[in-house]
Amino acid sequence: MFDDLRELYQEVILDHSKHPRNFRHPEDANHEAHGYNPLCGDTVNVYLKMGHNGLIEDAAFEGKGCAISLASASMMTEIIKGKTEGEAKFIFDGFQKLVKGEDDDFDAGDDTERLMVLAGVKEFPMRVKCATLAWHAMTSAMDGSDEISTE
Amino acid sequence: MNDMTTFDIEKIRRDFPIFGTEVHGKPLIYLDSGASAQKPTVVLDAVQKAYAETYANVHRGVHFLSQSSTELYEASRETIRAHINAGSLDEVIFTKNATESINLVAASYGGANLQPGDEIILSYLEHHSNIVPWQLIAEKTGATVRAVPIDEHGEFMLESYLDMLGPKTKIVAVTHISNAIGTITPIRQIIDAAHDAGAVVLVDGSQAVPHLKVDMQEIGADFYVFTGHKVFGPTGIGVLYGKAELLAKMPPYQGGGDMINRVTFEKTTYAKGHSKFEAGTPPIVQAIGLGTAIDYINSIGLDKIGAHEQSLLAYATEQLSQINSVKIIGQAKHKASIISFTMEGVHPHDIGTIVDRSGVAIRVGHHCAQPLMDHFDVASTARASFALYNNRADVDALVASIKSVQEIFG
Repeated sequence: MFDDLRELYQEVILDHSKHPRNFRHPEDANHEAHGYNPLCGDTVNVYLKMGHNGLIEDAAFEGKGCAISLASASMMTEIIKGKTEGEAKFIFDGFQKLVKGEDDDFDAGDDTERLMVLAGVKEFPMRVKCATLAWHAMTSAMDGSDEISTE
Repeated sequence: MNDMTTFDIEKIRRDFPIFGTEVHGKPLIYLDSGASAQKPTVVLDAVQKAYAETYANVHRGVHFLSQSSTELYEASRETIRAHINAGSLDEVIFTKNATESINLVAASYGGANLQPGDEIILSYLEHHSNIVPWQLIAEKTGATVRAVPIDEHGEFMLESYLDMLGPKTKIVAVTHISNAIGTITPIRQIIDAAHDAGAVVLVDGSQAVPHLKVDMQEIGADFYVFTGHKVFGPTGIGVLYGKAELLAKMPPYQGGGDMINRVTFEKTTYAKGHSKFEAGTPPIVQAIGLGTAIDYINSIGLDKIGAHEQSLLAYATEQLSQINSVKIIGQAKHKASIISFTMEGVHPHDIGTIVDRSGVAIRVGHHCAQPLMDHFDVASTARASFALYNNRADVDALVASIKSVQEIFG
């Protein structure tokens, strides 16, 4: 087997893709956005409950996708819960650079190690969109636009 | 059955220089000819030679090179006319691809002939490029688009089609072979029934021309389109066959270049024949390359190519069927050498990425046939498509790489 494939499909990723966390549609969500990847037809809906002071009180998602996109969405919802809007966007910014291979000094504070499991994506440029689809939808949900597309 | 009994597969593979390359340090296993086919040395040489030795613009120049270039360009038209058995050279129009050919017919024939309430009949097997141009012209003219359903095997449902045909039907546009699942449609019956209803038929032959002998007199299509790059020719060249009497009545699609007869500011008159639809400088060298590609497949023989591919399809279907987690999507009785499949618990994109690391190139996604994917209730599939240069070792490599997918996903 190939090292870069093992790196891409780590146990943690396979686990998140088979058992995605926060895979639901919360009734009290007050922000949501739909993400779509026309290349593969994959879709994701991201639901956020934003509290006062821009705090993300709840984050969840539903959708269809590959292991990379489901794992990334699952981990994202866990990580951004309890963060402020600004913090979530800051993490996404760093994460995007990480999976594109543009940032070797990725630092997302306490979440750095967790997100590093997705760093293997940088060896597979065709899969960057899979890894970032839910994150784009998350920022769209916060900004109020309700649909994003990776094309 | 041994490949050698039908034709010399090893010699054919040597005709394609790309098989000398490696992918991720592995020999290339190319199973994506349905998306685009590899090019034999004869085509590459023809393109090189056309640019290096005979190149000039066509039709206008009085100098030597323009004449040489024109002769080669027009010789290709004759090669293609003969290959598809078109009635005349005026029935063979060079376009940039199959999509442009369809858009041309939709805009020109459709634009001139469709009225509000008229119907355009498509099928669930269509590629997006044989759906969207019809939706665009339907919107402009007030016509309606309908689609013939397919059954659980992916077969075109002839009975439903016959029920849909009626006085409102003006155009039927169907694929000859599905790019996504390989179904070969009963094209002759489809065309005859449409003609009985007074409709004209456009056939998307992009997937058929590399695998089957297609004869315009035999199938009776009014329009038949295909692209050059899937039949081992260059990119940027397509063909539109149209019956002369229909083309003669159709308005031009684009203006400029060879489609012009005489221009004044008061009135322009248009060229006749194929020139009317070849605006601007045409894809000269690409057309020459396509003619060479057609000569190449004829030198091997489409009957032999077809037999070889059918034997590979049977072998691959048998091998893939033995893998429990694999489900083949589309099992029509008459199928071209295309296998679309899904794997339990694994998304096609993950399959594609993993098998690629073994040097195996397959297509994953919706194959620009989303209505068909919706029919089978999948967002996408993995697709292996075979061409004349594939062999059983390629199938074995695919099967082995699928086992590595299972290994990773447990």
